[in-house]
Amino acid sequence: MPTYNLKVNGEKQVVEAESDTPLLWALRDNLDLVGTKFGCGIGQCGACTVHIDGTATRSCLLPVSALEDKEITTIEGLSENGSHPVQQAWKEVDVPQCGYCQAGQIMTASAFLETNPKPTEEEIKIAMNGNICRCSAYNRIQRAVAIASEKIG
Amino acid sequence: MATENNSNFSRRGFLKASSLASGGLLIGFNLFTACKQKAEMPIDISKLNFADFNAFIKIAENGMVTIFSPNPEIGQGVKTSMPMIIAEELNVAWKNVVVEQGVLDTENYTRQVAGGSQSIRFGWDALRQTGATARQMLINAAAAKWGVSASECSAKEGVITNAKGETLGYGDVVKEAALLEIPENVALKEPKDYTIIGTKAINVDIDEIVSGKPLFGLDYKEEGMVYASVLRPPAFGQELESFDATAAKNISGVVDVITIGEKARNLLNSEKPGWSVKLSSSDKVVVIANSTWAAMKGKKAIKAVWKEGTPLESTEAHDKELVKLLDGKKFRTMRSDGDVKKAFAQADKVLERTYESPFLPHNCLEPMNFFASVDDAKVRLVGPIQTPEDLATAVSTMLDRSLEDISVKMTRMGGGFGRRLYGDFAMEVAEIADVIRKPVKMVSSREDDMTTGVYRPAIKYRIKASVKNGEITGYQLKEAAVNGNMYGLIPNFFPAGAIENYQVDVASLKSNITTGAWRAPYTNFLSYAEQSFFDELAEVIEKDPVQMRLDLLQKVKGTKDDKIQYSPERLEGVINLVVEKSGYRTPKEGVYQGFCAYYCHNTHVAEVADVVMENNKPVVKNVTVAVDCGIVVNPLGAINQIEGGVVDGVGHAMYGDFKFKDGMPDSSNFGTYRLIRNSESPKVATYFVENNLSPTGLGEPTLPPAGAAVSIAITKATGNRIYKQPFTKNMVAKEIIG
Repeated sequence: MPTYNLKVNGEKQVVEAESDTPLLWALRDNLDLVGTKFGCGIGQCGACTVHIDGTATRSCLLPVSALEDKEITTIEGLSENGSHPVQQAWKEVDVPQCGYCQAGQIMTASAFLETNPKPTEEEIKIAMNGNICRCSAYNRIQRAVAIASEKIG
Repeated sequence: MATENNSNFSRRGFLKASSLASGGLLIGFNLFTACKQKAEMPIDISKLNFADFNAFIKIAENGMVTIFSPNPEIGQGVKTSMPMIIAEELNVAWKNVVVEQGVLDTENYTRQVAGGSQSIRFGWDALRQTGATARQMLINAAAAKWGVSASECSAKEGVITNAKGETLGYGDVVKEAALLEIPENVALKEPKDYTIIGTKAINVDIDEIVSGKPLFGLDYKEEGMVYASVLRPPAFGQELESFDATAAKNISGVVDVITIGEKARNLLNSEKPGWSVKLSSSDKVVVIANSTWAAMKGKKAIKAVWKEGTPLESTEAHDKELVKLLDGKKFRTMRSDGDVKKAFAQADKVLERTYESPFLPHNCLEPMNFFASVDDAKVRLVGPIQTPEDLATAVSTMLDRSLEDISVKMTRMGGGFGRRLYGDFAMEVAEIADVIRKPVKMVSSREDDMTTGVYRPAIKYRIKASVKNGEITGYQLKEAAVNGNMYGLIPNFFPAGAIENYQVDVASLKSNITTGAWRAPYTNFLSYAEQSFFDELAEVIEKDPVQMRLDLLQKVKGTKDDKIQYSPERLEGVINLVVEKSGYRTPKEGVYQGFCAYYCHNTHVAEVADVVMENNKPVVKNVTVAVDCGIVVNPLGAINQIEGGVVDGVGHAMYGDFKFKDGMPDSSNFGTYRLIRNSESPKVATYFVENNLSPTGLGEPTLPPAGAAVSIAITKATGNRIYKQPFTKNMVAKEIIG
């Protein structure tokens, strides 16, 4: 089986996997980074969102073979101890219900605020539209993104 | 009115205290038993030991309190709210409380889990008495140490104070407390003295959730574990005839390809397969691999031939059959008051309408998955399940193993919505593990999950009402539903008791498509049908729809009919509150408001939806909700459930569409199946009726009224009524057509 050199959360990792293995499963099964979630496998729900070179990307469609020399950040690497402003805002607002989609929501929100630190309400809704929350905690997700934006200042 | 808690239990049998070898006090109680509607001790109390308890409070010598919560957490917040109730009566600071998920081990515990928005309702008395009794034991221990009367001592935030002002921490007296008799008749606090109940407590798992820690079934792993992907019949009614696994076995990472089904059939053919068993009787092909990806790829490479076992059904045929049932005479009458036939015959006007809903998949965002390990000594099952006891029993029958051999460990669940009441996926992995004798985790793809699910059944309601001299004189509701009908007390919900001649009739169409509970079973669609009908009926009798409801409620006040489930006073309370808060009496230009009031799952709710037209399409902008759930234990968690229920209700009423053709669903993933998204979500404003009545659950009751409120608002906006879900595919309006 081929091996790939990945850089995940600032650390070099060697992953032994078939070339078409999506990053999602390499993270979960090979590297024990299970914070990134499987929801649909077709890039429609956003549960598997990670950052590739800072951009929010669906990891369920992205083969490991295309990721050498890229900076991969997962929810586990977003901050040392859950201290990223988006994570802080998520706690303040008590966003999660079942919690399953939240890693993906947080990864989308944090990448979005990097490019647009002071978004309008409409911009938040559009940016977060690709992430399904089956518990429908959308009101709180919108509020938490707005609060995170204030924290980033 | 049956809205009050009636759980009576022997405290002596219900609590037990002991000192811990590691220091500290351990108090055990049986939450499942206590949370049952009719609590009963299934065992001889005199022989009770710690193995008979499933929930524990541990008070350490440093004063820290650990509460082991045994209830599965599916996002409804009980892991936070139930311990809050204990901590309140125990008089400890919430910050000094740690909550841990208890393990359900069927070797020791064989009690049912309460469901259906019932955890808080039935746990209320038991949890308070547990906390209060523990507090009293600690006070008694301190009093004995000081040589004073316990009545001179009080406890606050984990510290006991006597008349002289001397203090002892809980941790200082735990050893002594463990040796004391368990006190009887301990007084409970008055709601005005609450310091934890009614405060905003953040979800106890929040840190783990936002940092991506392993919590869910899908995250579970063991050394040497393999992965399994199951190929099930693509259509309901089909069975496996043959398969070719050559290509699958050539995929790198695929370890083996096996079939299962024999043990499942043993279970299905057994005397008591159990209510939760929704297994297919067909053989299934299982790909075993050393990664999830290889297992999924392997499954796609299997070439299977399927044969027809039972006829392949379609939505088109169901529709015809359900209408035939509504037109026919094969009904079972669930409630009948007066004489509806006579009322219809003597009426000035009769209104009759039919409402239709599709099947719906649950679509928990965490697809079905489970871990199993089977050897000669043990059967270990780990994963997300709402009914661990039923699972253990089913697996015991299926594998012909003693119940003592089986253990079930529950993980946090990535949504339930009723789907994880049924353990078919866990039974499958148990059969797989029994064959391969290796620890194994089965992971469903989204397509597996959506196309081989347990669905909300398709239902049609036909409602007929008679009007005489401007008054509603008769009301008849007919239900035609796939696989079973509305259950228990639903026919005694509003408007039962408010209309002199009233009848509810049900008929059922048997189908080979698996159906089951879906968040707020039956009422999730019934509310839309009935409440939309009432809105139209108000138009017929030329009355304001809100006033019409209030007038009907007047007739129920003081009823002697103890079958009536709702309280007219409490329903009136939420109606008045929602009318005030939504600005219903002072409508804004271009905003169309739909009103709905409903009682289900022991909670009274009224909602007003605001719809505006944007680009000639109706858009739901806001929903105002008034809720009477008695005492609000955790306002933060409560509002979370309410907002989620409303938006979920709006989403499925607007978009939820799922049809069958040749036994196969027409959607298999989110590319074609539409779930509500962030930008489509209305803003929800929640208001509580404040009272000191016992709390009721919130996981379900705000969902059913949402569809009704939205349909009525859309009717005002477009000028046309909607009789079928989903609304987006069944709306008729000049603007939309043109």
